[in-house]
Amino acid sequence: MTEAFRDRIDIALTVNGEQVEARVPAGRHLVDFLRLDLGLTGAHAGCEHGVCGACTIQVDGQAVRGCLMLAAQADGAEVWTLEGLTEQGVIRDLQDAFVARNALQCGYCTPGMLASIKELLDMGGVPDRATIREHLSGNYCRCTGYEAIIDAVETVAQARAGKGAA
Amino acid sequence: MSVASPLPHDAARLHVTGQARYVDDIPLPAGTLHLAFGLSGVARGRITGMDLSAVRMAPGVVMVLTADDLPFANDVSPSAHDEPLLAAGAVHYIGQPVFAVVAQSHLAARRAARLGRIDYAEEAPILTIDQAQAANSRFEDGPRIYSKGDAPAAIAAAPHRVKGRFEVGGQEHFYLEGQAALALPQEGGDMVVHSSTQHPTEIQHKVAEALGVPMHAVRVEVRRMGGGFGGKESQGNALAVACAVAASMTGRPCKMRYDRDDDMVITGKRHDFRIDYVAGFDDAGRVLGVDFVHHVRCGWAQDLSLPVADRAMLHADNAYLLENARIESHRLKTNTQSATAFRGFGGPQGMVGIERVMDHIAHHLGRDPLEVRRANYYAEAAPAAGGAGGLSAPPFTPGERPPEDISGKKKQTTPYGMEVEDFILHAMTDRLATEAGYDARRQAVAAWNAAQPVLKRGLALTPVKFGISFTLTHLNQAGALVHVYQDGSVHMNHGGTEMGQGLFQKVAQVAAARFGLDVGAVKITATDTGKVPNTSATAASSGSDLNGMAVKAACDTIRDRMAAHLAERFGNDDITFADGCVHIGQDHTLTFAQAAQSAYAARVSLSATGFYATPKVEWDRIKGQGRPFFYFAYGAALTEVVIDTLTGETRILRADLLHDAGASLNPALDIGQIEGGYVQGAGWLTMEELVWDTKGQLRTHAPSTYKIPAVSDRPAVFNVGLWEGANREDTIYRSKAVGEPPFMLGISALMAISDAVAACGPGYPALDAPATPERILAAVRRVRDGI
Ligand code: FES
Ligand code: FES
Repeated sequence: MTEAFRDRIDIALTVNGEQVEARVPAGRHLVDFLRLDLGLTGAHAGCEHGVCGACTIQVDGQAVRGCLMLAAQADGAEVWTLEGLTEQGVIRDLQDAFVARNALQCGYCTPGMLASIKELLDMGGVPDRATIREHLSGNYCRCTGYEAIIDAVETVAQARAGKGAA
Repeated sequence: MSVASPLPHDAARLHVTGQARYVDDIPLPAGTLHLAFGLSGVARGRITGMDLSAVRMAPGVVMVLTADDLPFANDVSPSAHDEPLLAAGAVHYIGQPVFAVVAQSHLAARRAARLGRIDYAEEAPILTIDQAQAANSRFEDGPRIYSKGDAPAAIAAAPHRVKGRFEVGGQEHFYLEGQAALALPQEGGDMVVHSSTQHPTEIQHKVAEALGVPMHAVRVEVRRMGGGFGGKESQGNALAVACAVAASMTGRPCKMRYDRDDDMVITGKRHDFRIDYVAGFDDAGRVLGVDFVHHVRCGWAQDLSLPVADRAMLHADNAYLLENARIESHRLKTNTQSATAFRGFGGPQGMVGIERVMDHIAHHLGRDPLEVRRANYYAEAAPAAGGAGGLSAPPFTPGERPPEDISGKKKQTTPYGMEVEDFILHAMTDRLATEAGYDARRQAVAAWNAAQPVLKRGLALTPVKFGISFTLTHLNQAGALVHVYQDGSVHMNHGGTEMGQGLFQKVAQVAAARFGLDVGAVKITATDTGKVPNTSATAASSGSDLNGMAVKAACDTIRDRMAAHLAERFGNDDITFADGCVHIGQDHTLTFAQAAQSAYAARVSLSATGFYATPKVEWDRIKGQGRPFFYFAYGAALTEVVIDTLTGETRILRADLLHDAGASLNPALDIGQIEGGYVQGAGWLTMEELVWDTKGQLRTHAPSTYKIPAVSDRPAVFNVGLWEGANREDTIYRSKAVGEPPFMLGISALMAISDAVAACGPGYPALDAPATPERILAAVRRVRDGI
């Protein structure tokens, strides 16, 4: 039996605003913990290499790759997934813009995209298209060609700044 | 009316809230087991011994399966019966599944799968095109040859000639959701399978064979895929079959998903090609004769390689009338992953070949490549109307045939003898060139290149003519099942699968339009082999064409029954379905729900199947003669790039696309297909590089080494327009298929890079694909040396 299976670690964190206590295998990735142990399947496993961004979630206010962080490292952290952000209504405008601009096709990249975009929008200001591209350069989308995603982000940023028409 | 509205994707809300469920998201019943394959470590050889004791003893392992343990068929091939689920004696590529581990968790299965010890008697693998040609290792007994006129004589007699060799790389699908399947054993030996597949019927068929049961004992359900692109047409068979066999043997649910490395190492990719060409032409660049030899690297098993290679031949003309053409195609068998369907299905490889020839001819003559392309275009189908959009088909009045070309000119045919009746690229090219400012930008690029020593710009406008239909004629059929409930809500099902392309929404729009309802009244349901049988793969861009028609037929059957009932009840047969109501003459209006209730009470069936078979198609693939396609879809793209001649790097500065989706069923979804297709096509030709080492190991087996376009790689300026026109053929609401054709708009990116490299000196770039920085640097050097 490998050590990884025996080594279990107790963690306490908040996920989507709720206290969670769990005993997890030391090697358990955060995205697997969320998906398999908590049933929060919004964040997806795309590459499990830290490249595609499909697993992106929010940890202590930052966009983090759930496949590169261990659940054990999230002890004491505040974790938000798309499910929780939806319930809070904090990115409703962004979600609406994604629907309206058709910024998704298969949708597999969408939850991770939204988490990365939230981080960008939370910085405030109105990012230009180059900044949006830069910020999202770690989130792959194989379907859309990205144009609609950038449009959606730009629309929301402008609207939030109170000068957008949309 | 719901048709032609730019409605969002049917599951958009579910996606943006994280509720959309993929196979890997389905909550698992307690006791579910997980599978992983142990893979071959050599590219070719015989298995002389296997020691799986460490695998069996690994933590969490429940069972280990080898070929000998399989109760029935050991085959997961789509048709040729040459693809064992688990290697039986011989191995044919590095990554071939040899044994399957069934364990309590995904991780436990994967860990254990690494512990197998397999001894091989290794043989020298056949990896490259040259090795395969030397060994005559091929599918079919010899090359396929399609020809028209007398190409060798025309080339010999032509005033000018170019000749070249063009290597075109393959492509990994990189669907963001990897392959996945879940098998749930039922009472009496039945099996329910959830699979991320474009072809539920094939999964059903292969699972039934593997379990030794009739197809009726297996039900396959597919709600959605996280991308498919052809990579889930046949490549999901292995997972589904392995899960079903393990589930049947253990009596427990079994699930398998490939992790990304396994996915890339095990599954097939786009076929790479070597294209040898010779073309003879006149002073204007008009092709008098052209000869192509396609060398197609098919990998170890036949899979879909024959129709893929056929389709490459069928697109060797692209938009150009070739009076003398010869296309020879070698389907080579190599000890690599079995190359498979990928968006365009060989069409892109065939098309990029003739585009290379056009580029080469223009360079040889010192002419603008666009001028040469236009000189070779097929003749326009009908004179373009002066107004916007021109004619995808002459304006259509129901019941009337569109006017035919009566100019008395001789019929223009493709190299395979199909008449081209719907050509619209003259008008499309005019409009794109004008709107995107081709002439002015051509001058600006020349001025830039004259002034700049290091950064060179390039521009290219390339056309797309893509044939729509499965070339295996019998696949051009589809079925649907529609129910209207007493409350007026509608349940819709058809054989097409949703992989993000928006098929479900488009077809729901059709159903809603037939009943005069809002699209929200139509429930879209998962594809299910128990509801619609014997379906074709959702492929060949045919999803909405086929399933839209089948759903229309089913809806019309129900609507006609409802109308007949209401006509009798009210004594008036003037019945219209609109705005959620049914109007009977001037005097009576029922809500659709009331009409459904009335029909139900009168014992009228409110459920119907629908069926559609594409008309007109007829094709002999051995002779290479006939009409393989119902119609053609068209597009044109203008791409501008800049290259750094010191590093070989490229950037796409701007892309302008104009694409023909006929009378679009949903312009928003179609534009999404066009944007995504272009970026994926440009990725194929510019950055996505597959590298195998000399032992046959795929070295680019993870996203760390295999790069797909990121947001920063797409064009900074990206203009996309839909051509306004209607399909001259009687397709669903006169729309055109849009899944694959835009992929080939990406060819303009490669040709623009070639243009930029050509600015470095007198030589011809002869750029292979993908045009990686290394290749660009080498080409810059060749061009400077004037080779
Ligand atoms: S799954 Fe985490 S980055 Fe791809
Ligand atoms: S929508 Fe499919 S990967 Fe982004």
